[in-house]
Amino acid sequence: MTAIWSGLRSGLAAATALTMTTVLPAFAETTITAVMHSGLRVLDPVITTAHITRDNAFMIFDTLVALDEDFVVQPQMASFEVSEDGLSYTFTLRDGLKWHDGGEVTPADCIASMKRWMQRDGGGQMIEARMESLEATGDNSFELTLTEPFPYTLEAMAKPSGLALFMMPERLASTPANEPIPEMIGSGPFKFVQDEFQPGVKVVYEKNEDYVPAEGPQSWFAGAKDVKVDRVEWVTMPDAQTSLNALMNGEIDFLEQVPVDLLPLLEGMPGLQNQVLAPLGYVTIGRMNFLHPPFDDPKIRQAAKLALSQEDVLTALIGNPDYFKVCGAIFGCDTPFEFSDGSESLTSGGDIEAAKALLEEAGYDGTPVVLMQPTDVVTLTAQPIVAAQALREAGFTVDMQPMDWQTLVTRRASQADPADGGWNLFFTNWIVPEVSNPLANIMLPGRGDDAWFGWPTDETMNGLLDDFASAAELEDQKAAAQQIQARVMENVNYIHLGQYFNPSAWSDSLTGITEAPFPVFWGVEKEG
Amino acid sequence: MPVYFLRRVLAAIPVMLVVAVFVFLLLRLTPGDPAAVLAGDMATPEQLEQIRASLGLNDPLYVQFLRWMGDLLRGDFGTSLISNQPVLDLVADRMWPTIWIALITITLSVIVAVPMGVVAAWKHRSWIDHLVMTFSVLGFSIPVFVIGYLLIKLFALDLGLLPVQGYVAPSEDLPGFAARAVLPALTLASIYIALIARMTRASLLDVLGEDYVRTARAKGLAERRVLFRHALRNAAVPVMTVIGTGFALLISGVVVTESVYNIPGLGRLTVDSIFARDYPVIQALILLTSGIYVLVNLAIDLSYSFLDPRIRY
Repeated sequence: MTAIWSGLRSGLAAATALTMTTVLPAFAETTITAVMHSGLRVLDPVITTAHITRDNAFMIFDTLVALDEDFVVQPQMASFEVSEDGLSYTFTLRDGLKWHDGGEVTPADCIASMKRWMQRDGGGQMIEARMESLEATGDNSFELTLTEPFPYTLEAMAKPSGLALFMMPERLASTPANEPIPEMIGSGPFKFVQDEFQPGVKVVYEKNEDYVPAEGPQSWFAGAKDVKVDRVEWVTMPDAQTSLNALMNGEIDFLEQVPVDLLPLLEGMPGLQNQVLAPLGYVTIGRMNFLHPPFDDPKIRQAAKLALSQEDVLTALIGNPDYFKVCGAIFGCDTPFEFSDGSESLTSGGDIEAAKALLEEAGYDGTPVVLMQPTDVVTLTAQPIVAAQALREAGFTVDMQPMDWQTLVTRRASQADPADGGWNLFFTNWIVPEVSNPLANIMLPGRGDDAWFGWPTDETMNGLLDDFASAAELEDQKAAAQQIQARVMENVNYIHLGQYFNPSAWSDSLTGITEAPFPVFWGVEKEG
Repeated sequence: MPVYFLRRVLAAIPVMLVVAVFVFLLLRLTPGDPAAVLAGDMATPEQLEQIRASLGLNDPLYVQFLRWMGDLLRGDFGTSLISNQPVLDLVADRMWPTIWIALITITLSVIVAVPMGVVAAWKHRSWIDHLVMTFSVLGFSIPVFVIGYLLIKLFALDLGLLPVQGYVAPSEDLPGFAARAVLPALTLASIYIALIARMTRASLLDVLGEDYVRTARAKGLAERRVLFRHALRNAAVPVMTVIGTGFALLISGVVVTESVYNIPGLGRLTVDSIFARDYPVIQALILLTSGIYVLVNLAIDLSYSFLDPRIRY
């Protein structure tokens, strides 16, 4: 109601404001105005895996440990020691850590944050399943003790996406994991300005003057998070052309995603530059429903995989080959677990004839493939169209059903028969760090009803994931990852359709922008 | 008149109630799950179920409806399922940009369109009439986003006279507000000028053939007095209807224009809420829109008696 009156007053106050012009002292505040990939609406980073919520959380909250650009776990809020038997992890908080409300960061805060995260995150649940104790061992240290070695522990705690592990004051971390935290108090490099937050419209951050950066060079989410501006404002713009116009007109400083087809507009524009800041980019995938015909038959899943070509899909999706990569590795190219076993047909244009032969051998009876096509997400509209055509050429009957994305995410949770409100196939995208580790890749577990949508039951895969989880050495992990890659291609747990990249663009007035899986604003300076 | 006013306001209550029931049911019968939006792509079915339960979405429909109606009677429009903000605050924040743009648009449209329509009718079948009708057809035919982008290209990117996008409240920065309001108001006005000019012309042409106009002219009244005092006032009833419903349409959301100019108004809030299946926000917005239509229609009806003394309530 206050907002109604303030709005009503605004018109009247305007005239007064004009006549009461006062001379204000010069104040050289630097503000970066950025347009991110979507509007921020959900604030709690434990409730949702939405990328914009994660990005917002990295501004406000800090993490105990962090992943650097070499995929190595580094200390962030805490240094860590692992016992020789791999059962005990001791974390020691660095000096000077404070919450935005002035309170000191304590082990109790970190323990509460970890426990809340463990209720929601897959990696956290794996740790919790092996956890013997998690308790403070001093004023600035605490210890996690496991019942069996779990080498993935630190990586799960450091992973930047999915549900990243953020530290919150105990009073916030005590909120049930399925209810949103009531305020945004972190210990990170920026403070959230609650009064200026407009969901879906604008988010404002102020520099946290009390922040003590970690030591070491900045690398992804590790190292020093030096804030070099006073404010950062994220403004939501629903129209891509408008955000590009705003950048060209100097009204914003940074644009996270420039549609590739609009990039030519930036060519030759003085004062602007563009670059792919997330060199790992995204993967696009197709997921089948294992519960219903025709994809309950592994041969028919194989036939569908044979029909598809990464290049066809990526060309329709992105167009410019500079911004996509045909890549057979389900864990992403240029990652530690890059293997391409079994992906030959996908990366060499598909094999329609082989698909036809396999379909005949499997005795496909023409059962329609209900393919859900989202019409309101630009990065997901092309895949179903290309796939439908390829599947039809291979002999499938395809029933492509257009719908908005929210209808799709609701419907994909249905295990009903495809003819009765269920489904057979949909497509989605992930950032590469979300799939680059077998234990973080949510599409892999074959736990039937407890698996991700599509509900595969795959004991072979579960065994391989256990092998990976228990492998202490990188070489052993690689061996397990390679087997997982081959199993995905053999059993078609999902269809890996390659990698693509989104260029970002920004004004020359910004310096210090670095590569990372998603934009970070520490280390960035603004002239003028 | 006061009795009529009171009767119309009371008659709006059952209308709003029907709208409330209809909207509530329609939203629940439409595919979509706010819990899925809230939880994100990686949520497991079990986690979705937990969130549904915490939002009360698993309760029987009549329980959810009664809870909502009970809150409404206490003046509580609920909390957004997605952003966890009070719905009333969300709507109030987004209402003012829309109201300001609508007021400027409709004022500009009336100031430009009514004289255009009058002149076109007065100079019927002349080149002026043809020019007005050509503009009217163009105003209707060119999509607003095309007009919007063309205006941005010309006035913002090429000439650098105005900003591309955005909104600031007039109380914060009046010149900034005015600079940002010009292009969206011009874009929207292109349709309403076309509509109102056409309607004014058509109504006036009907009236100009009436006996009392001929009598007024025969009495030797000046043509301007004949046109504006006698003809336009009698032709104003249908024009007023178009202006009123146009204003209601502008308030209830102009999504495309708000997107092209990045105005955080009710149109964008409506679309975002529908995509997110944010039930309490959608329900509040539709009730608000219905209320606006009821009030605008009432205002139009009341204005008839001022324009035409023969109309009495």
